[in-house]
Amino acid sequence: MTSLAAQLRGRQDRNIWFWVFVGPFFVGLLIFVYIPIVWSVYLSFFDARNTVTPTKFVGLSNYIYLLRDPAFLTSMGTFTVFAAFIVPVTFAGSLGLALLVNRIKVAQAFFRSAFFLPTACSYVIAAMIWRLSFFNGARFGLMNTMLRSLGFENVNWLGGGNYFYWVVLVTLRLWLQVGFYMILFIAGLQRIPTDTYEAAAIDGAVGWKVFRYITFPQLRATSVAVMLLLLISAFQAFDEFYNTLISVGGYPPFARPPLVYLYLISLGGGTQDLGLGSAGTIILTLVIAVVGLAQLRISALGSREERS
Amino acid sequence: MKSSRGVVVTRYVVLILLAALFLLPFYVLLRNAFSTQQEMASAQWQWIPDNLTWDNLRALFANDSVRMGRSLINSAVVAVVQTVGTVAISAMAGYGLARIDNRLAKIILGMTLLTLMVPAAVTFIPSFVMVSTLGWISTLRGLIIPVLFSAFATFLFRQYFMGFPKELEEAAFIDGAGYWRTFWRVVMPNTYGICAAIGTITFIGSWNAFLWPLLIGQDRDFRTVQVALSQFMTSQRINLPQLFVGAAVAIFPVLMVFIFLQRYLVQGVERSGID
Repeated sequence: MTSLAAQLRGRQDRNIWFWVFVGPFFVGLLIFVYIPIVWSVYLSFFDARNTVTPTKFVGLSNYIYLLRDPAFLTSMGTFTVFAAFIVPVTFAGSLGLALLVNRIKVAQAFFRSAFFLPTACSYVIAAMIWRLSFFNGARFGLMNTMLRSLGFENVNWLGGGNYFYWVVLVTLRLWLQVGFYMILFIAGLQRIPTDTYEAAAIDGAVGWKVFRYITFPQLRATSVAVMLLLLISAFQAFDEFYNTLISVGGYPPFARPPLVYLYLISLGGGTQDLGLGSAGTIILTLVIAVVGLAQLRISALGSREERS
Repeated sequence: MKSSRGVVVTRYVVLILLAALFLLPFYVLLRNAFSTQQEMASAQWQWIPDNLTWDNLRALFANDSVRMGRSLINSAVVAVVQTVGTVAISAMAGYGLARIDNRLAKIILGMTLLTLMVPAAVTFIPSFVMVSTLGWISTLRGLIIPVLFSAFATFLFRQYFMGFPKELEEAAFIDGAGYWRTFWRVVMPNTYGICAAIGTITFIGSWNAFLWPLLIGQDRDFRTVQVALSQFMTSQRINLPQLFVGAAVAIFPVLMVFIFLQRYLVQGVERSGID
């Protein structure tokens, strides 16, 4: 009898302590993640201009409007162009840096830190350096000074009359992020057992062949993770676009990736259309989920082929 | 595998050139911070300004339209509270999920993992709606509390505690300590490394955050340093040397964290990519 009571009390105690430990996090997760998501699904079906408690149900018309809205479709195109440059370039760059740094013996820590350091810089400050010093459209910009000394004309990098703003945006993000992914690749390289290389050396494999048949296949898990992270973070690009391109007159009509566009129509611009903004975020979430799943599927297929 | 001398030399030449290129933006930041307005706008790019000046720093803190001091305090409060809070809340939750039996543990873990699939930036509109309903726009609460509950940190802690040796805790239980005392006195002092890894990543992320503070810090008394710099950069009253000295001040704390805690930062990054 007493032992049963003790047992019951023990279970009750465990229950109480479970909630003491997990409760704060779980309540926060509900209030600041789950409720907002549900709320935005709700808002997306309403005419919610300038209000968070709308009354006019409009069904799917926010979604239909966005999917026909040239500005929204253009923003998806802007993301596609951005991703088409930044994902492969960062992938190759971070892998290349990791291979280089991993092979040297003297001053390895210094070089690793030098490439990793930009990760600590904010997009606001990077944008400041890029738009005002490196790619300043005036004569005193560093790139324009260099171009002039080579006999070219000054370039108006961010004016929008040309596509040179892509150079600014891609190099900025590349500089800031490549060290982060280099760290992931270095960790991946260090997990490859050394006897794999020894066996390959005995078989006479050298240089490119070692990379092609040993190193790269062994980095499969890291490569998939890096690809996915790169794609998702490119899709969420906001900070560097905003800070590189916005001016006293507001955000220019070009180079608006999805988050910037949704910010402008729902919170940052003149019209506060939360219903439209919510519908947009749900479309983006679905796109990210589909792309992520597709990529995992493709890479899973690849690894199955490899095993057979 | 031995590399020939020529290959090694080439490798180092390439690395030194690349390292110089990667460090160049930091140099330009400092150069601009100590230049005068005329020097910065002169047609000829100068690598070293003729007369280095501290005047920009003084002028920046005296500039009432930027409010550098106030925004630095805001950033410091937000980053420190967010870091300490995230580590404490996530470590407790991770420990509870890993060690205390409960019927709901599986469901809560599943809900945590599900939110990892939803990119944080995509939920900014609904989160903003939530915070404005609570009346937390332009408050420190609004800047801090909504970002305290990291599914990612909780998941990392849970994984860590799953592999944590049980013997220590069993010894504490035999001595009559409950869950609370065991956790804070026995478990936490032995999880220094992962706390530092998650802490450094959270601190840098918080200090550099832009979109959320931009939405919440609408009143200029509640701007973080990133928002203050961004608005200074795009305002009519822009002053280039002052702007860059502000950037130098704003980057200083994260550079210190980077230099002194880099080991933990690397661990944090490694965990964030793979697990």
